[in-house]
Parts: sequence; C-alpha cells; structure tokens
Amino acid sequence: MHNRWVLRGVELVATAAIFAVVWIVVGSNRSYIAVPVPDMLKTFWSVWTSDHLWTDALPSLRRLAIGYVAAVVISVSLGFLLGMSRRLRLACLPVMGFVRAIPPVALLPIFLVVFGVGDVMRISIIVFVCAWPILLNTLDGLGELDATMMAATRSYHIAGWDRLFRVLLPAISPRVLAGMRTSLSLAVLLLVASEMLASSGGIGFFLFQSQQAFKLSEMWAAVILLGLLGYVLNVGFSVVERRLLRWHASTRRD
Amino acid sequence: MTAVVTRDAAGPRPATRSAARRGAWTYGLLGFVVAVALWELVTRVWLTSNAQLAAPEDVVVALGRLVTEGTFWAETGRTLRAWAIGLGLSLALGVVVGVVIGSSTVVWHALRPTLDFLRSVPGIALMPLTLLLWGPTLRSDVFLIVFGTVWTLIVQTTYGVRAVDEMTLETARSFGFNRLQRIVLVVLPSSLPYLATGLRIASSVAITVAISAELLIGNPGLGNQIGLARSYGQFTDMYALILTSGVLGVVLQAGSTALERRFLRWHESQRGVRE
Repeated sequence: MHNRWVLRGVELVATAAIFAVVWIVVGSNRSYIAVPVPDMLKTFWSVWTSDHLWTDALPSLRRLAIGYVAAVVISVSLGFLLGMSRRLRLACLPVMGFVRAIPPVALLPIFLVVFGVGDVMRISIIVFVCAWPILLNTLDGLGELDATMMAATRSYHIAGWDRLFRVLLPAISPRVLAGMRTSLSLAVLLLVASEMLASSGGIGFFLFQSQQAFKLSEMWAAVILLGLLGYVLNVGFSVVERRLLRWHASTRRD
Repeated sequence: MTAVVTRDAAGPRPATRSAARRGAWTYGLLGFVVAVALWELVTRVWLTSNAQLAAPEDVVVALGRLVTEGTFWAETGRTLRAWAIGLGLSLALGVVVGVVIGSSTVVWHALRPTLDFLRSVPGIALMPLTLLLWGPTLRSDVFLIVFGTVWTLIVQTTYGVRAVDEMTLETARSFGFNRLQRIVLVVLPSSLPYLATGLRIASSVAITVAISAELLIGNPGLGNQIGLARSYGQFTDMYALILTSGVLGVVLQAGSTALERRFLRWHESQRGVRE
C-alpha cells in the first residue's frame, strides 16, 4: 500500500520540518532560558572540542562503559549461579525485588557513605543498579529453556563451555538483551545523577556547574550532548541487538 | 554447570501447591533475615570507623519515630501527589496523541524519528533547566515526570492502535459505528494491553523521576528529605527515608500489577509486551 521509500521520505522531511520549527520558535522566544539554536550549536561545538572533552565528556563515557560492562558480566554470572538452585532463588528474589523497587537515585547517598566521592562510587552505583534488570531477565530466560532442546543437548553429550556458549547463552540472549536495554538508560541516569550530586568532573557536573553559573549556552551544550548520548546508545543498541538476534523469531520480518 | 532450571510451569502439582507456597514464603523470609543480618554485620565491623553507617535496629527505631511526625507524611504525600498528577497528565496526553498518531501510517512515520529521539533523551538532563524555570517546585516535578513518561505512553498506545484487528474494525464500520464510537468501543479496549504495559513502566519511571528530582534539585518531597537528612548528618533518618522510598516503590509496583491483572483478565492471552 504505502511504498517503503515514500515513508522514508516522509520521515526525513517531517523530522527536518519539526527541527526547523523548533529552531524558529526557540529563536524568537523571549524567555531568558531560550538560547537561539545557532548559538547553542556554536557553543556545543566549542565546548566539546575544548578541554572539556578530556575533563568531562570522556571521563563520563569511561565510567559509563566500565559500570555497564561490569554490570552485564556480574549479573549474567550471578543469574547462572542462582539458576542452579530453586531454594536459593526463593530466598533471594523477594529481597532483590525490594532493593530493586527503591528508586535508584535514592541509593546514591548510601553509596556516598560507603565508597566516598570518587570514581569507585560512581561506577559501583551504575553496576549495582544496572545489574537487577539483567539478572532478573537472565533468570527468566533460564526458567524458560526449552525442555526438548535441553534433552537434545544431553543426548549429544554437549557439556561444559560448549553447552554454556553454544546452547545456554544463545538461548537466553533475547531475555538478557531485553534486560540490558532497560539497564542502558538506568546507567545514563545514574551517571548524570552521581556527577550532579558529588563530583569534580563529568558531563553531569558540567551541566550543573553551567546552570549554577547561569551559563545558559553551556548548559544547553550539556543537555544536547546528553540527549545525543542517549539517542546514539539506544540506536546503537538496537543495531547490535538486531544483529545478534537475527536468528530469533521476534526480529524476523513477517 | 550441571543443574538446569526446570520450567516453572511444570512445577508443583495442585495438591502440593499450597505447601510449595508456604515453602516460598519461608525461603523469602529467610532471605530477608540473612540480608538484615549481613547489614548488621557490616555495621558492627565498620560502625566504629564510619559514623555515617547505621545499624538496622537503629534505623527501625528512627522509622518508628518518623512515622509519628507530620512532616514525614506531608512530604511522602507531596511525592505521591507529583507522581499522580504527572502520571495522570502523561496518560491523558499519551492516549490522545497515541490514538491520533496510530490511526495514520503517514503521521506515524512522520513523527517516529522525533519520538524515538525524545524517548531516549535522559530526563535528568533537563533538571537544571526546570530549576531555572520554576525553581524547586511541584511544577518542576510534574514536568519532569511527564517528560520522562509521555513518550513511552504515546508509543505504546500507537503500537496498540496499530495492532487492532482490521476485521473487527471493518465489522464495526459496517454496523454503522461512527469514528468516535469506533475509537471508544473498539480501538481503545483492544489497545488496552499495550497501554497497561506502558502504564506499568511509566508508573515506576514516574516515582524514580520524582525522587531523583527531589534529591538532586530540591523539589519538595521524600527525596528532598533524604537529601536534607544527609546534609544535616542525620544518617539514621536518611536510611529510614530511603527504606520508605523502597516501600513506596513496592506498593506502587504491586498496585499497577494488580490493576493490570484485574482489568486485563479477559485479555491475558493476547497481551502484547513491547519493551
């Protein structure tokens, strides 16, 4: 009915039009908080090509990457550990459910007490909070393993690492990735929150500093960077997810 | 790597189900006891060197004192009010916009990139902005909640509307239902499962956003109390308030799950979960 290329065109044109409208509206807005788009972009460029790239943007990205990767590794491993014993799961799940329900930023003060103000605190809060969705999804995945497939694995004497890497991990990967997607936005949230609450560098720190000093263009530069970061991470994640799960029914074109 | 988790569906037989449930309770309780014992242990070992830690019994006592104070309830109420107003606005906006967008393939495609972008903007980035605009107020809380949840609700509603069975819609049309009737009687009910999923996610995002904004930029509410307790050095109170925010989270989560189950009992089989 609707040609795919026509719809692509609609997407492009409409998005450009929306951007143009925002450009004009913001430019003609008299609110003190609105900075004309050209100024915004100019500041964005000058800020993030200056020292701030090294003192704020890259340290933030490093914290994000370390925390996120650690969370994935730890929570998938823990998931397998808990997956081995029903009793252990029964004992752990309610506690985990409670800890998970605490709004993550409310945990920050505890991490400040325990780890002080440093990268250890900022990374460990990301690890701690991002681990739950992945862990719970890993457990769900392990709980849904296809009985026939597991029987076949046994009959073919597939065991050890082969079993782990060629049967179990691929089988639960759609679940794990779903958890990882939830965790990705949590990671960004906690990164910025921890930098706003206590830090001497980072995108969140820069954002807060600029606001405190009423440097509106700089503040917008940070907002735009965070927006782009969120978007790029999401799109990148979708691309990776689709590649990894090409074999899986949920991603196949019907 | 020997044990494989067995399918839960193939779990206990009906005769033993209540026994199994009792077992689950016992283990769950055991888990909490162990967790509290660990907490106790940590504070026993490090309390002398770190005065900012607090033992569980002290925190419970602090919580007992807090619940008799008016401020505690007033501030919790403020957080809940922001949650309710924000979520309500977001839901209304999300459903209306979602139905409009979902009804047309062209409009859906025209707005999708923008929606995808806005959806992935971390709302926390806008906190300093709201602070400049409105100061630490309920309004700022509500704005951040709406921004943090409305895109998901729009997209969920859109998915729901687009998943409406064409045949049902045609049937309604041939029975002479007008556009409004079709939307209210056919489109909305059948997109309800998607909406419920969106609402469940939105509800937990909303409470997270509210507490975060209160803690980070001082909007009035429970989160702000946590921040104040911390800066006054009342660490026992701080832990008690953090526990309270956890209880709030659990209650809201249980509430939305219960609602979903109650209203969608008839729809359980074809519940669509996207993200």
